[in-house]
Amino acid sequence: MNSRLLHDLKKLLGRDGVLHKPEDLMLYEYDGSVEVARPNCVVFPRTTEEVMGIVRLASRHQMPLVGRGAGTGLSGGAIARQGGIITSFARMNRILEIDAENQRARVQPGVVNSDLSVATEHLGLHFAPDPSSQKACTIGGNVSENSGGPHTLAYGVTTNHVLALEVVLPTGELLHLGNSALDAPGYDLMGLFVGSEGTFCLVTEITVKLTRLPEATKTLLAVYDSVDDATETVVEITARGITPAACEMLDGWTIRAVEDYVHAGFPLDCAAILLIEVDGLREAAEYEGAEVADVCRLHRAREVRVARDARERDLLWKGRKNAFGAVGRLSPTYYTQDGVIPRTKLPATLRRIGEIGQKYGFAIGNIFHAGDGNLHPIILFDARDQQQFRNAVAASDEIIQFCIEVGGSITGEHGVGMEKDRLMPLLFSEADLDLMRRVRDVFNPAGLLNPAKVLPTPKGCGEIHVRPVPATASGPFSV
Amino acid sequence: MNAASTTISSRLTEIAGPSNVVADPAQLGAYEICGKSPGAAVRPGTSEEIAEIVRFAAAEKLSVVPTGARTKLGMGLPPRQYDLALDVTRLDRVIAYDPGDLTLSVEPGTPLRRLEGVLAGHKQFVPLDVPFMNRATAGGTIASGVDSPLRQFYGTARDYVLGMEFVTGDGTAAKSGGRVVKNVAGYDLHKVMIGALGTLGVITKINFRTFPVPGAVRTFVASFPSGERALDLRHRVARSPLRPLTLEILSPRAGELLSSDVAARIEPGPMPPSALAKEQWAVVASFGGTGKVLERSELELRRMAEEAGAAGIVALGDDKVPGAFGRTREFVPIALESGAAATILKLSAVPARMQQILDAAAKATDAAELRWAALARGLGVIYFALLPNEESPEALSRVTRAANDILAECAALGGNAAIPWCPAAWKSALPIWGPDRGDFEQMRKLKKVFDPHSILAPGRFAGGI
Repeated sequence: MNSRLLHDLKKLLGRDGVLHKPEDLMLYEYDGSVEVARPNCVVFPRTTEEVMGIVRLASRHQMPLVGRGAGTGLSGGAIARQGGIITSFARMNRILEIDAENQRARVQPGVVNSDLSVATEHLGLHFAPDPSSQKACTIGGNVSENSGGPHTLAYGVTTNHVLALEVVLPTGELLHLGNSALDAPGYDLMGLFVGSEGTFCLVTEITVKLTRLPEATKTLLAVYDSVDDATETVVEITARGITPAACEMLDGWTIRAVEDYVHAGFPLDCAAILLIEVDGLREAAEYEGAEVADVCRLHRAREVRVARDARERDLLWKGRKNAFGAVGRLSPTYYTQDGVIPRTKLPATLRRIGEIGQKYGFAIGNIFHAGDGNLHPIILFDARDQQQFRNAVAASDEIIQFCIEVGGSITGEHGVGMEKDRLMPLLFSEADLDLMRRVRDVFNPAGLLNPAKVLPTPKGCGEIHVRPVPATASGPFSV
Repeated sequence: MNAASTTISSRLTEIAGPSNVVADPAQLGAYEICGKSPGAAVRPGTSEEIAEIVRFAAAEKLSVVPTGARTKLGMGLPPRQYDLALDVTRLDRVIAYDPGDLTLSVEPGTPLRRLEGVLAGHKQFVPLDVPFMNRATAGGTIASGVDSPLRQFYGTARDYVLGMEFVTGDGTAAKSGGRVVKNVAGYDLHKVMIGALGTLGVITKINFRTFPVPGAVRTFVASFPSGERALDLRHRVARSPLRPLTLEILSPRAGELLSSDVAARIEPGPMPPSALAKEQWAVVASFGGTGKVLERSELELRRMAEEAGAAGIVALGDDKVPGAFGRTREFVPIALESGAAATILKLSAVPARMQQILDAAAKATDAAELRWAALARGLGVIYFALLPNEESPEALSRVTRAANDILAECAALGGNAAIPWCPAAWKSALPIWGPDRGDFEQMRKLKKVFDPHSILAPGRFAGGI
């Protein structure tokens, strides 16, 4: 690494604000995905001014620059794919303002997602986007990735909850987008920036909406002998005018893996379970809970359990939220996909995923947000075996291919990052990608910010950039 | 007709067919924007034809304004140059509707009322209950970025437009997003198309998320002796567990406007005579759900209204909902039709500052000796109509004075302000797009990417874009 740059960074941030020894950098070469690349250094700004200083230095030295929150991302968004400087927001982790009256909060990017909800719970409020990594992932990361979570069907994803951003462009300019009042005149640049996966800017401050906690919540678990029945249930719930707060499905294979670990009381011989939550006024939760139970039975659920209290609710959710941890015990490595399909296509998609697993000889579990058709097939493999690694990527690509064939998308909430950039041409034409590239270049003209992400680099098409990783690098979190 | 325009017409005829090109000045008046008529209008039938027309326009440096039902061409600034109206009303098909997947794809010229019919069969809807509802198209509604009372619960178009196809200013067909309810692949280019007035591209397809219709909807009108008390009810509801679908605050004169003959013509549904009491502020709130949810909502609302000092509260029978609801939705067209030179400001602020904004606006307007009417959405968006008696230089100077004061006050309170509607002749004198913004330079650069030759609705948007 350029010693002049290192010197300047230390001068800007202090000696404890820069990591550059190989043993330190190893901790920053991965995130929650299966990708790896080592940065040249990692810096820890405390203020927006310091971020602007870092950006200027990176620009002067033509060094790539990558923002990083907690590193829980699942598409390699926070990995320095071409080396360079990782800007960790770990020290910009203050909640700056909670305005209960207006249901707003202003936070630094390093604030952990669930910390904001914890801090506002006594006011009857919460930050609605709830990725399963919410106890670790940061709001800055959520903004960059436009993160979702189990409760997005009714409450929306991150972009629906962001009101204003303070960002630093790679040119060093400070920019304010949106404000805490609604409908700022002009183009919705904020809407464009949320979910730009760290390729437009570094986010230094975020104003979010806080959502009132529901008065009542009903959580139901329905057990099925057929995935088709479970799918029909999901569609019928909507047909009855109900938008559940959450609607999650686990397939039989996953249920058995989870039950063995969590002991949530899931039946071991079923084909699928649905975990459905409705909330709102007491009367609404009661009524909708009863309707949902009725729909489940009508579609041949063999058992419907309703959580009677918070403890039972937590137990049902524990099975879901720890599913990835449970799967992690069974295999040295797993690879989580994030395809989206029109939700009525679930049965056909699960059949196809089963066939693909058989073809490559992998066990593939399925956990997903059934309400919005966002799948998370989990491919179990051993990354120490090069052939298995290549096969896992091939199997994953076949699943994605199928998602696209039925009218879906390659990613519902994990982002494109460096994992799926080469799949983008399956979804978008060269003209679409060219326009996106030119839009990115408006904000990131030299391409130094998070290079080789989101959009395929012409020569990168079809290449596999990743190398196998040790078992421990497999992230404990997923949605 | 000169030689150049003959050539243009003949090329447009080649693309769209002879019956779909308008060159007769008498007919072109229908496409007028702020007193300017286009040189020609063309009605393409496909997105390919749109792309071809835009390519032709780009080559000939012709400026193009996309149009739908032409209900909102009065918004924004007039185009600097207006050669061609690109009328998309022939693209009016529902391309796909998958109720089970909650997705709907439509062409831009599809009338919203027709969508309603298509979706109702599956007890679904798109929560675009927007002004000019009885004529508006999907494309025009999205391109103009108008909001709906239903945003209280369902958000705005940016929350439920899943993807779009569009033709950029160089005639390239492009898209972003998709047709699934959750998707983060690629940049959300469609977000910037919403409210862009066609300055970034011609929308050729819009994918919506659909929503189930609530079991039943009931609307209540509470009247109050002051705006402060009306807002107090708004604040109480926000702190309560109730989840209203709409919540709007009407000033006394807004109530009068909505009860007028003009209002009855624009939105003919019945209006319960007692609902909007004279000289009273009103809170119009609606709730959705089934019997017990509505009962509880009513009970709590009545209690809170009483605590806030309501003079009365009326539950509108379910059959009367469309009328009352419809008239608050049509506040803007009703206000525009009610006076010679109605000028409508859109102001926004955090909810706790709405009172200050309303007070400041009322004070500035009273000082300028103008009448005014206000409709405030519970989330903090205020439509404030200045109602001069006539369109005269004197009225303009009063309106200018009031508008500038209000905009300054709004900015001081951390809010946003613009003047989406006013008489055409006043556009150049008033700060239509509000104060200059720090991110304008980025918008200008973005415009250059989407429309390198600056032929799409040039000059209509903020900062002369």
